[in-house]
Amino acid sequence: MNIMTEAGVEQKLSSATNAPSIKMKGEKVSVHYGEKRALFDVDLDVREHQVTALIGPSGCGKSTFLRCLNRMNDTIDIARVSGKITLDGEDVYDPKIDVVELRARVGMVFQKPNPFPKSIYENVAYGPRIHGLARTKAELDGIVESSLKKAGLFNEVKDRLLESGTGLSGGQQQRLCIARAIAVSPEVILMDEPCSALDPIATARVEELIDELRQNYTIVIVTHSMQQAARVSQRTAMFHLGYLVEEGATDKMFTNPDDKRTQDYITGRFG
Amino acid sequence: MTDAISSFGAVGRPASIHTDDAAKARLKGRYRTEKWFKWLGAAAVALAGLFLVLLLSTIVTQAIPALRQNYVTLPIDLSAAKVDPAKLDEVNYDAIAQEALTAKFPDVTSRQDKRLLRGLISTGTGVFLRKDIAADPGMLGGTVDYAVPLDDFADLYLKGLLADVGSDEAISTSVTPSGTSGDIDLTFGDDAMLALARGHGATEGENGMFTLTSGASSLLVAFNGGTVKLTSLSPAANGTVIAKGTVIEALDSTAPAASGQAFLRVIETPEASRKISDKVIVWLDTLKSAGLIESRFNSIFFFTGASREPELAGVWGAVVGSFLTMIVTLAIAFPIGVSAAIYLEEFAPKNRLTTMIEVNINNLAAVPSIVFGLLGLAVFLNFFGMPRSAPVVGGMVLALMTLPIIIIASRASLRAVPPSIREAALGIGASKVQTVFHHVLPLAMPGIMTGTILGMAHALGETAPLLMIGMVAFIVDIPGGFTDPATILPVQIFMWADFPEAGFQQKTSAAILILLVFLVIMNAIAVILRRRFERRW
Repeated sequence: MNIMTEAGVEQKLSSATNAPSIKMKGEKVSVHYGEKRALFDVDLDVREHQVTALIGPSGCGKSTFLRCLNRMNDTIDIARVSGKITLDGEDVYDPKIDVVELRARVGMVFQKPNPFPKSIYENVAYGPRIHGLARTKAELDGIVESSLKKAGLFNEVKDRLLESGTGLSGGQQQRLCIARAIAVSPEVILMDEPCSALDPIATARVEELIDELRQNYTIVIVTHSMQQAARVSQRTAMFHLGYLVEEGATDKMFTNPDDKRTQDYITGRFG
Repeated sequence: MTDAISSFGAVGRPASIHTDDAAKARLKGRYRTEKWFKWLGAAAVALAGLFLVLLLSTIVTQAIPALRQNYVTLPIDLSAAKVDPAKLDEVNYDAIAQEALTAKFPDVTSRQDKRLLRGLISTGTGVFLRKDIAADPGMLGGTVDYAVPLDDFADLYLKGLLADVGSDEAISTSVTPSGTSGDIDLTFGDDAMLALARGHGATEGENGMFTLTSGASSLLVAFNGGTVKLTSLSPAANGTVIAKGTVIEALDSTAPAASGQAFLRVIETPEASRKISDKVIVWLDTLKSAGLIESRFNSIFFFTGASREPELAGVWGAVVGSFLTMIVTLAIAFPIGVSAAIYLEEFAPKNRLTTMIEVNINNLAAVPSIVFGLLGLAVFLNFFGMPRSAPVVGGMVLALMTLPIIIIASRASLRAVPPSIREAALGIGASKVQTVFHHVLPLAMPGIMTGTILGMAHALGETAPLLMIGMVAFIVDIPGGFTDPATILPVQIFMWADFPEAGFQQKTSAAILILLVFLVIMNAIAVILRRRFERRW
């Protein structure tokens, strides 16, 4: 993938060595919901081909930060974002940036599986179709098949592609949503607690999938599960009360965090 | 909690706020309230159901007679002497049909009676005859048996709606007439007739004489091929009774009728309090017993336009008018209403202006419909000079009235689409418009359709605003287009209910029934749509 890394990348929070290039970068990101401030000057880098986990207690601003990355907060009338977020060095909040293009490059998977109430095929084909990614029906079929394969769903649904996506089980639905996100060939995939509505078996499948997807995509995942963060991510960022408490390599975060609050949270003493 | 023992203490449970007497009383009270509420609810539903059944059964029983119309088959002379095939338009077909009728009653001679007789058949007969001859010229050249619709009074009498008529009963004594026509005397062999006359409201005079005034039931005696109406009875020698009477249909002879050969017919409703005279009743019964009268499905009612003659009045003009008006209403209100709803719900910024618009749309839904009529009168008719009584204007006025309903229903169903669907679409890079039109709108459509159909049903039953724009006019022709003068079903019902002719009573009920059928169909479609496309997320 052709990455234009911003010159002179600061690695102020990172202790990692020979880190991969930075895909997305947040600088002094603040979010207000009306009068209430939800996020305070967050600086956070998202590295390419890594899984970055955002953890923290409820209401700490991790989902808010995630939704800033593809400007999903634009859909909330009262939300106001300040600071700077870049994708490959381009400011995503620049008025010149087309939000449709941004969301095609930065896809999203939501907490609750939300397939369209259409067929499985249509769910996956919708993105490529509106972005004009396939010129022929055969090409579109190819995209749908490869996306479903990447999401590890193809074998389960190949005989019922024309049945409704809402008829699948919860875990299958979530993998369908991931396939739908993959189908538009994004560079970054944002996942907002993708396993919170799933049982442990489905969760394990999705986690495996996340690990596989890391080869081709950059992933940011919000999770409430410490184990999940530890299992799937390479880097972890800890949020608390709208502040970024600490960010670093996952191994270090879980074994030897710098901040007392991180320590307490990870060990279950608060949150 | 162990220091007190409950009052029913055998178990020795510690008294608690949930088990002591006060608690039990509270619980009992709660159940009582619940029971009361249940009973009240059931009673309310039962009462509502009762009224509904009452309403429907009244309308249906009133409407049923209007579904059929009586026809009399007459031999109509269409020979060249009467009808010149070259000048079909100049022929007085009414006169030909009337002649055929009067020919059936040769002994009706007075001008007054002849006019009464001619009135038995509908004034629309000539029109029907002309039309049928135009359609089938083969009828010409000879005498054809042709079914002619009866006048409304005759028709109502035959349906049993104008007078109570008893069945014919044989008279168990001899009857001797003194003549065959005019005012005659009848001599009855015994005095049973006297008691009978008294029982039917005859006034008793001197010498045991009974007079049957127009306030009493009519007693008709039929024998020797004719009918005599009794006017008074007085006892005579040897226990016989001499009755004076008027011959309505001439008798064949003055021969006495033996016991059991004369028949008595009692018309319970006094002549003064019914709209049909004894003569007409006798004529109709004669026609009926000759097998000339036939009750047919009332195609006139269903397939013709309005008329001042009840037997010629039809509902089709109003149905077509309603249909045209509804098309205009739908064509205007649906796209505008749905667009407005989509804009307000999905695109409009939430500021003071949009809030004010929202509040006012909700208020508009509560504006009395007549106000919309006044608006239509002032704006569409007076300012824009659009045609009066036209479905296009009616449709526009009803569209104004329906718009807020559609907007509110559409917004509600757009709001009911879960935000996760919007997020899903936005999350893969669909634009706002794509999100709305590919995902949100299709999911909201059943709700929007339901709201629209209910709004349309509401508009279909609306009368007041259309009175203001002249759709109350009496329009005979079936409207052929959106600018033709027309009336609509509810207005037609309103007008018919106002007409004094008895025949319109049944027509009114039948038209109400038709309107109700349309409304039920529309509501059923709304329910089916809702059931069929209801989604759960």
